Amino acid sequence: MTDPIIEDEASARARRGRNLVLALGLVAFVILIFVVTLIRMGAHVLDRSI
Amino acid sequence: MTPAVTSAAPARWQDFAQLLKPRVMSLVVFTALTGLVCARAPVNPILAAVAILCIAVGAGASGALNMWYDSDIDALMRRTRGRPVPAGRVQGADALALGVVLSLFSVMLMGMALNWLAASLLAFTIVFYAVVYTMWLKRSTAQNIVIGGLAGALPPVIGWAAAAGAAPLNAWLLCAIIFIWTPPHFWALSLYTSDDYAKAGVPMMPNVAGAASTRRQILVYSLLLAPLAVAPAFTGLGGGAYLAVSALGGAVFVLLAWRVFRSRAGDAPDDRMDGLYDVKVQAAAARNLFAFSILYLAVLFATLLVEHVAGLAPLRVFA
Repeated sequence: MTDPIIEDEASARARRGRNLVLALGLVAFVILIFVVTLIRMGAHVLDRSI
Repeated sequence: MTPAVTSAAPARWQDFAQLLKPRVMSLVVFTALTGLVCARAPVNPILAAVAILCIAVGAGASGALNMWYDSDIDALMRRTRGRPVPAGRVQGADALALGVVLSLFSVMLMGMALNWLAASLLAFTIVFYAVVYTMWLKRSTAQNIVIGGLAGALPPVIGWAAAAGAAPLNAWLLCAIIFIWTPPHFWALSLYTSDDYAKAGVPMMPNVAGAASTRRQILVYSLLLAPLAVAPAFTGLGGGAYLAVSALGGAVFVLLAWRVFRSRAGDAPDDRMDGLYDVKVQAAAARNLFAFSILYLAVLFATLLVEHVAGLAPLRVFA
C-alpha cells in the first residue's frame, strides 16, 4: 500500500486559490456567453413568428 | 531519460496570471481600443468590451505559449529567469494547455460575438507570435523582432475590424506605425542587454551585425517612423492635437536615435546587475531611447483616442 500524499499548508492554500480563480473565470465566461447571446439575438427573438 | 521536474514552490494563481504577460497585454489592449474607437462604427458597448477582452486574452494566450516554448532560453537571461516556468513554479505542459485553451476561447468568442474577420485576424496574430516568431524567427535570424513585430502591430487592426467588420487603410496605417516603431524600440534595449541574448543563443542584431550597425539601423528606422507617425493627421484619422504631438514626439525620437547613433552603446560588455534601466554611462543614450519609445507610442495612441472620444474633427487636408 502506498502512503497517502500529505499536502502542506502552503500547497493547500495555493490549490484553493487556483480553484477559486478557475471557478470565478468559468462563471464569468458563462455569464458573458449569456449576455452576448441576448445582445446578438435580442431583436430577432422578439420578431420571430409564433 | 528526462528527469522529472519538481516545483520550487506550489503554483499560485498569480503565477498563471504572470504567464499572460500582463504588461504586454496592457499595451495591446490600449492600441486595440484605439483602433476600435477610431473605426467610428456603431457597435454595442458591451460587445465592444467583449472584443477588447478577446484581444487581451488572445495576447495573454500568445504570452503563455511563448513562455512554454522559450523556458530553456528564459532560464539563461537575467530579465526572464524569474518567469514561472524557468523558475519551476509552473510546469511547461500547464503553460501550453493554458495558452491553447485561451487561444481557442478568445478566437471563438470574437467570431460569435463580433465577426469572423476580427476572429481570423486574432487567430493569425496568435499563430504568428507563437509559431512564426517564437518557434522559428527568434532563434534563427537577427531580423526576428522586425518580422515578428507584426504580431504586436496587429491589435489596432483587430479592434477596428471588430467594430466595423472591415480593415481599411487607416487601420493598417496604425499597424504600420507600431511595426516600424518595434525595431528601434527593441534594438535600443538589446544594445545594453545583448550579453544576455548571446548567452541564450538568441541572434539579436548587436550580436550578429555588431553594435555600430545596430545603432545605424536604429537611426534609419527612426527616420522612417517620424514621418509615418505624422501621416494619420493627413488621412482623416488624426486632428490638430495629433499633428502637434506626433511632429514633436517624432523630432525627439529622431534626436534620441541620433544620440544613440553617435554613442558607443553596446560596444563594451554589459555588466549590469538586474535593473532594466540601470546601465553604464555609455549605454545611457540607448536606455533613454528605449524609455522614450514607450512613452512616444503611448502618447500617440492616447491622443488619437482622446480626439475621437471628444469628437474633435480630424484634419481634412487630402481627405
